[in-house]
Amino acid sequence: MVDLSVNFAGVKFKNPIVTASGTYGFGREYGKFFDLSELGGICVKGLTLSPRLGNKPPRIAETPMGMLNSVGLQNPGVDLFISDELPFLRNFDTVVIANISGNTVEEYAQMAQKLSDANVDMIEVNVSCPNVKAGGMQFGTTTEGVASVTKAVKDRSRVPTMVKLSPNVTDIAEIAKAAEDSGADAISLINTLLAMRIDTKSKKPMLFNNVGGLSGPAIFPVAVRMIWQAASAVSIPVLGMGGVKSGDNAIEMMLAGASLVGVGTVCFDDPFAPISIIKQIGQYMSGNDLNHIDELVGKVVLN
Amino acid sequence: MLSKHYCEVVENIQLSKDIFKVTVVCKSLANDAAPGQFLHIKCGDERLLRRPISICAVVGNAVELVFELKGEGTQWLSKIAPGNKLDILGPLGSGFNIPKGKTIVLGGGIGVPPMLFVAESATSKVTAILGFRSMDRVILKEAFELACAQVYITTDDGSFGIHGSVIKPLLALLETGEYEAVLACGPHVMLTEVARVCKLHAVPLQVSLEERMGCGVGACLVCACATIKDGNPDMSRVCFDGPVFCANDIVW
Repeated sequence: MVDLSVNFAGVKFKNPIVTASGTYGFGREYGKFFDLSELGGICVKGLTLSPRLGNKPPRIAETPMGMLNSVGLQNPGVDLFISDELPFLRNFDTVVIANISGNTVEEYAQMAQKLSDANVDMIEVNVSCPNVKAGGMQFGTTTEGVASVTKAVKDRSRVPTMVKLSPNVTDIAEIAKAAEDSGADAISLINTLLAMRIDTKSKKPMLFNNVGGLSGPAIFPVAVRMIWQAASAVSIPVLGMGGVKSGDNAIEMMLAGASLVGVGTVCFDDPFAPISIIKQIGQYMSGNDLNHIDELVGKVVLN
Repeated sequence: MLSKHYCEVVENIQLSKDIFKVTVVCKSLANDAAPGQFLHIKCGDERLLRRPISICAVVGNAVELVFELKGEGTQWLSKIAPGNKLDILGPLGSGFNIPKGKTIVLGGGIGVPPMLFVAESATSKVTAILGFRSMDRVILKEAFELACAQVYITTDDGSFGIHGSVIKPLLALLETGEYEAVLACGPHVMLTEVARVCKLHAVPLQVSLEERMGCGVGACLVCACATIKDGNPDMSRVCFDGPVFCANDIVW
């Protein structure tokens, strides 16, 4: 009997598929396509202490098998999330992960306290948003930055804390280790890759913000490599994401060391992708006589 | 619950140099579609993102889509042969609220097709103003003439109809004081001017906006539009809160 459940940093997920922050809003829109209780977890749109309107459009540009975005953390703020969105998400039997971004270390800590008091299941600390000037990636590209935010959040949060790492670094293993050493219960990666496109007619960048984050199948191999490097460097569990579009992709990330797999951009193409991916993972496991996800995680056979 | 539709293409015809009309058959899409809504269409496996195409008309179980060649996605769609199926999400978005009083529907360029669905859905015949760059780009003239009380056509170069922009006939009609509403779709610069003129004459205006989209269902927040909500600046989602907005709510 195939058991798809995963115990991840003490939180029980019914299956390893989590929808990635920023691609899934607060679940309301995609909840019109299927019962959200079918998902392992939902990682909500990145929250900030105060509401944010985000960047000016255009905020999206298509790329070969991918896309750039520069939304700039548009969100209603952590208080409105807790009062208006969290009760809706609680209607479903799925893990709710709150993703937070701060301008300062203190803002991260304040949000962690509020969300922990509101009983979200997990907190994902975003130190890797490429689309905002303050905060975001500035914390995620140095070991000191990651350590200071992780410690501050861990100090105030009663729920498991996961740190979402940026791929825009030279040595991902060193950053992953800094998160673990500062008390992170888990890490997630990769966030989007900083990228740019220019319209050759107007000679202007395709995004108003000039640069943005690349996601989609185009980044998948980069994600697998970084998940493998990070997972090899730490003993805390890893949520892998970046360009996953099939069950086979998800298995590949698990072999690289991910216990959970995030899906995001693929939902724009197919809102039912998370459901198909969960089904395909189950089929792969029964076809390979595997009973539990643990039998896959980190089981890449290196040359 | 929403679902994906796999709809058979029954017709694909070229209306002008860059404009195509693709007709698909789908009972539930045809039943659910409202004027101003769009369909989010997968344009081949090589592209990640769907393309939002507004609904031009519904005839029985057939849904007509008129679109302009803009890039790889619409190129792909323009080559689809009848008998093939399209993977479609929709109908999506918030459409026009069709008023009961005397109404003007106004379209510019590729903003013309969705206004046909509006004209054909109105309970009493509307007046249409359609703007094009030149005579060779005029589309859907006969269909509008059938659906509307009057049709004014303008071309930028004067090669057909009224010489100049849609603003000239719009001003003339508004000055009669007979019209209670204007519904419009077209290039942003045109809509900005239409909004200014309608405000001047205190006639309520609804506009359909265009923006590059991602998910098409309101989750990803990439198709943002600056708006005013309860007196405060806000960012609305063109795909979900729109594409049709009250002109007064838009930051022009």
